[in-house]
Amino acid sequence: MHFVWVALRWLISLALTLLGLVVVTFAMTRLSPVDPATQMVGSHASASSYQAAREALGLDQPLPIQFLHYLRMAASGDFGQSISTGQPVASDIARTFPATLELATVAIIMGAALGLCLGIFAAMRPGGVFDAVARLISLVGYSVPIFWLGLLMLLLFYARLHWAPGPGRLDVLFQYTVPARTGFVLLDTWLSGKPGAFRDALAHLALPATVLMFYALAGIARLTRALVLTELGQEYALTAYAKGAAVHRVVFVHVLPNIAGQLITICALAYASLLEGAVLTETVFAWPGIGRYLTTAMFAGDMPAILGGTIVIGASFVLLNTLTDLAVGRTARGRA
Amino acid sequence: MIVAGAGGRLGDVSFLARLARSPSAAAGAVGVALVVLVALLAPLIAPYDPNLQETANRLAAPQGAHWLGTDAFGRDLLSRLIYGTRPTLLLLMFVVLLMAPLGILVGILAGFFGGIVERVLMRITDIVMAFPRLVLAFAFVALIGPGLVNGALALALTSWPAYARQARVETAALRRNDYLSAAEMVGIRGFRLLWGHVLPMLLPSAIIRIALDMSGVILAAAGLGFLGLGVRPPTAEWGSMVADGTQVIFDQWWIAAAPGFAIFLTSLAFNLLADGLRDILDPRHG
Repeated sequence: MHFVWVALRWLISLALTLLGLVVVTFAMTRLSPVDPATQMVGSHASASSYQAAREALGLDQPLPIQFLHYLRMAASGDFGQSISTGQPVASDIARTFPATLELATVAIIMGAALGLCLGIFAAMRPGGVFDAVARLISLVGYSVPIFWLGLLMLLLFYARLHWAPGPGRLDVLFQYTVPARTGFVLLDTWLSGKPGAFRDALAHLALPATVLMFYALAGIARLTRALVLTELGQEYALTAYAKGAAVHRVVFVHVLPNIAGQLITICALAYASLLEGAVLTETVFAWPGIGRYLTTAMFAGDMPAILGGTIVIGASFVLLNTLTDLAVGRTARGRA
Repeated sequence: MIVAGAGGRLGDVSFLARLARSPSAAAGAVGVALVVLVALLAPLIAPYDPNLQETANRLAAPQGAHWLGTDAFGRDLLSRLIYGTRPTLLLLMFVVLLMAPLGILVGILAGFFGGIVERVLMRITDIVMAFPRLVLAFAFVALIGPGLVNGALALALTSWPAYARQARVETAALRRNDYLSAAEMVGIRGFRLLWGHVLPMLLPSAIIRIALDMSGVILAAAGLGFLGLGVRPPTAEWGSMVADGTQVIFDQWWIAAAPGFAIFLTSLAFNLLADGLRDILDPRHG
């Protein structure tokens, strides 16, 4: 019974947050100086065709009706037609989202592994050399503009050293010969069985994933360090010390199982933020994901595409956030 | 500096002495002061007009006359870098002036009145807290129109919840404090109570949070500029300067590298200062 109550409350909070997101984006469209009807028919259209466009878009309706219309549109995933690509926004997003998901997932796996290690080992000997290095890395990670880091890495590893392939997801050689079955290029090239295709995909992924990883690394390392340090001051850790356990035993046997839930939260929140960080990274690396789709739409003033992209990224972000809340609530109670 | 005189503990001499004793915090403070100074004195320091185009001398390499070379329009890069401090700091100021008061107001009202007011306000806070800040800011500026004020508005509208949460917790704790009851007993009520007796107690932690948020705002603003959503050209702005340099990154790499490095150093200085401030003012995080 208790579980049903928790799940219900979680669903309500998720629904409210998503509704809030839709309200905010709707308010943006109303505040925007861009007139969607003019955008549809062009500025030289006759008054009657302009009026017809307004009616077709529902702009002649009162605001609450417009909002309901908008809500139904967002809920069904039908964001209209993109002005720049001429395709339905929904199919554009279905095409680009897997690329972003793939990039962010590889980046978070690397970032979590490295960040957790940095944080844990830094906390074991605070003030030591390793702690100083970890602190420096997270300080740089917090301060560096990610798009600039990406540019510099492209310059160094692609243009100067020729270690990495250029922008994009695949070489031209494979781009049209590897069938897109899943949309995830690593899986597709693996399934295609073409020699060298998988390695090429991996090589293309390496740079953008490393840059994006940096976006998550700093936060994960710093929060993990703080968390482990706090736990090491708790009485159960002191007891373990008193019984003669070495510091690595205390950390790995006693502390880490206790804070596993919080560590997962940290990584999950970082994963959500990577979906955001992808917008800038994809622009630099010409990675054909939803982030680049969004920025291209912004340059073109393509309102349906901007709204669709924002809502999809926003909804994934919100979903990850609230899912994490749910998971933490459960582990916290499990401990109590 | 903003922190000086913002509270009894912040203004005294020992505070500055302690700041000076932490080398990283001192370095951060010096860096921030330097950026502010450069912004104020830009017309005096800059060797050229930042928008002066020397078309005969486009994309020049760093040399005696132009220490950092010139960009694709033949404008002196160093001068643009110097003037670029201005929109960055201006936007930072706008964002701080908008988000901190808004968040603190929501937090004080929720913490002080409790009940249904608290429930509604904190529910809204939670909802906004779960929003993707960067993407919403990008979308906001893309739809409403680029520019400094819109950029600041977009960032502030999504970043106040952290202040509200903190202010609510602290106000709720204060509510149970004897000195507030004492103030109420001598007839101090309503706005005067909140303004004169609650707000000052919330300022130190709010200032730490502002300091910690600064570098994030700088990076977000630079991101806006990079995507062409920031200050309108030809005004020199670091993010858009990186974007301009992207076209020639493989030949004249310094055109993109220099403004990016300026963003990095400024944001690093704010981070160092914020870490130092937190260690000094908030012993819990020591």
